Amino acid sequence: MARKDTADKAGRRKFLTGFAAAGAATAATAITAPAARAAEPAPRAPSALPPSFQVAQAETGTPREAKNRIGGTAGSDFMVDVIKTLGIKYLPANCASSYRGIHESLINYGGNKMPEFLTCMHEESAVAMAHGYFKIAGKPLMTLCHGTVGLQHATMAIYNAWCDRVPVIVVGGNDLDAATRPPGVPTFHAAQDINALVRDFTKWDDTPVSLAHFAQSFVRAYKIAMTPPYGPVMISLDAGLQQEVARSHGDKVAIPRYVPTAPPQGDSGAVKEAARLLAEAQNPVIVADRAARTPNGIKLLVQLAEALQARVIDQGSRVNFPKTHYLSAPPNAVSGADVILGLELSDFWATVNSYTDNGDNGGIGANSSRIKQGTKLISISSSELLTKSNYQDFQRFQSVDVPMAGDAESTLPALIEAVKAAIPSSKKGAIEQRGQAAKKAHAEAEARTKQAAALAWDASPISTARLCAETYAAVKDLDWSIVSQSGNVSGWLNRLWPLTEHHHWIGRSGGFGVGYGAPASVGASLANRDAGRFSVNIQSDGDLMYAPGVLWTAAKHKIPQLAVMHNNRGYHQEVMHVQRLSNFRDRVANLGGDMGPVGTSIMNPDIEYHKLAESMGWWAKGPIKDPAQLGPALKEAVKIVQAGQPALLNVWTQPR
Amino acid sequence: MRHGLRFALVLTCVGFAHAALAAGSAEKGKTAFVQHGCWQCHGFVGQGGVTGPKLAPNPMPLEALSAFVRNTRGGMPPYQKAILSDADIADIHAYLSSLPKAPDYKSIPLLNP
Repeated sequence: MARKDTADKAGRRKFLTGFAAAGAATAATAITAPAARAAEPAPRAPSALPPSFQVAQAETGTPREAKNRIGGTAGSDFMVDVIKTLGIKYLPANCASSYRGIHESLINYGGNKMPEFLTCMHEESAVAMAHGYFKIAGKPLMTLCHGTVGLQHATMAIYNAWCDRVPVIVVGGNDLDAATRPPGVPTFHAAQDINALVRDFTKWDDTPVSLAHFAQSFVRAYKIAMTPPYGPVMISLDAGLQQEVARSHGDKVAIPRYVPTAPPQGDSGAVKEAARLLAEAQNPVIVADRAARTPNGIKLLVQLAEALQARVIDQGSRVNFPKTHYLSAPPNAVSGADVILGLELSDFWATVNSYTDNGDNGGIGANSSRIKQGTKLISISSSELLTKSNYQDFQRFQSVDVPMAGDAESTLPALIEAVKAAIPSSKKGAIEQRGQAAKKAHAEAEARTKQAAALAWDASPISTARLCAETYAAVKDLDWSIVSQSGNVSGWLNRLWPLTEHHHWIGRSGGFGVGYGAPASVGASLANRDAGRFSVNIQSDGDLMYAPGVLWTAAKHKIPQLAVMHNNRGYHQEVMHVQRLSNFRDRVANLGGDMGPVGTSIMNPDIEYHKLAESMGWWAKGPIKDPAQLGPALKEAVKIVQAGQPALLNVWTQPR
Repeated sequence: MRHGLRFALVLTCVGFAHAALAAGSAEKGKTAFVQHGCWQCHGFVGQGGVTGPKLAPNPMPLEALSAFVRNTRGGMPPYQKAILSDADIADIHAYLSSLPKAPDYKSIPLLNP
């Protein structure tokens, strides 16, 4: 695969040959001398033979003009030129020999800028950092890893990015040429087709075999990743290609110019039909999951909702709709709808149906409809353009009356105009009344939410509602951003914090792969740092322990963040699953001396997360069990974070 | 709806069968609440959350609680006598009854930012 330049190797080879000849002469003398002594006494042999001509030249001659050992421009320098055309700001990665060529070029030839190398302690952390970064900055990062063992570490994070429709450019080093790859570890770390490992959950992959091919592959990968539906892409990068000399073949190798592809929009006829159904509906409801790709998506959704006075359920993979808006509605609002518009839903079936894990139907649970019979369903989703077979992130099949394969945010302007045109003047009074009813429902729901938050207000361990309320009070006057997924805190972040802006919350992980939270929060905090924002992470205990080294990465690269531990001392989802199965089988759950069933608790001993963070350069405090101590500790921590250092509070909390 | 009807029937029957459920001990009930996993979905003081509804303060009557615990076909798994005795349920009910009323949210500054 890699074509090594042999032009400058002759001199070195001759030098080595000369050295070998001299050595052989010495050895021959040593072997033959005793035989000669037996025949007749010989004159005393000299203690050292004179050097050969070649050796003398090598030892005493003037060295030729100093030149790099490869004798030209490194191929990986050209790769850096390609990468720099795309404005990629950071490169979180864990170092590996299979990409040493491009690593060296990035930090020396490229000056470690655009992209800047961020030292990570796990490949999963590196990819999740890129994931979190994109959800704030809207720009992709690239990462490098060993093509085998490193990529194996990275896979769960790549899967999360796939399910969450987030672009990440993954480049895996690989010593492809079996005839030239170094023996030993590099062979164990090489494979024929490293991309096969992640092909089921990446949008595209390639294995460039020349520098010109790399230029095309990389720009193509970037373009594919950044065309909605977004997604991760993979490039296998041969170690030999990185280290070979760039050759011009007469002309300079071209770097293709990147021009963004316009996102796909829903079919105009289908848009018109959807608008007609919405305009004529008695009670239209909008449900959004990944609709707002950008801050503008929120504005568009507000326009559509207000035009119809339709309530909006935000399923929360992004901030799609302001929580403070009177049209913001809870999930059960679908029950009274006669038309439901689903925007980039990852699970339309579960939006309009419910599943109860109650052991019915031979143990598989019970299904029931959440909606009225005859309710019309409309879908705009770019996911229909990108479905693969193996991994089942497309959920149960849901028949929809008007399905559109297209990007929701890009389709909204046309839909808004079509809806405005389709609303008959006779309906305007009814639409206004719908809005008044929504205002009343929203105010009542807010009061109920706050009263629910008051329950267990003074409890120890600290209630998750109080955890979120205290944290909000500490940062409410800052330009804040929640950089955790859901935090597993009974939704209190979404229920109590006034989420109105795109950057106010990064949404969920996509694939629900645990271990995403901490590194994604650091990536998002990095983007917030550059934007001058204050990052808040409600950090689950089990999630942090998958790869806690990301705490060090945050401290190392001066990424400020306020992390407030939701330390419920268990893998709580699994606590409940095992309890449920024990009950179904009429067996007492074996707690093994802990609070949750054996295998689900994180206690005995309790992990001292504050000490863990402190050991990696964070300011930290804990454990905090008394709710009265939380507010003062938060004030201290906020000051530390404002000064540029990450800070962590280890808070003992209620389970959810 | 189907589950609601079934639950109502169960309550009616249980109303006769368990009319004399003994009053329990709040102290024992606190221990049982943890040992039998009630805290997992409802929180240590029965405040509820996304995983389970509020149980306290003002829990449902003991007979209704007992009927629900034994017969639920909803999100909560049922607890049969083999794993949770009538005495345990009565103790848990006593514990939930002993928990103080939550303050009015309007009196909590943090909930009125």
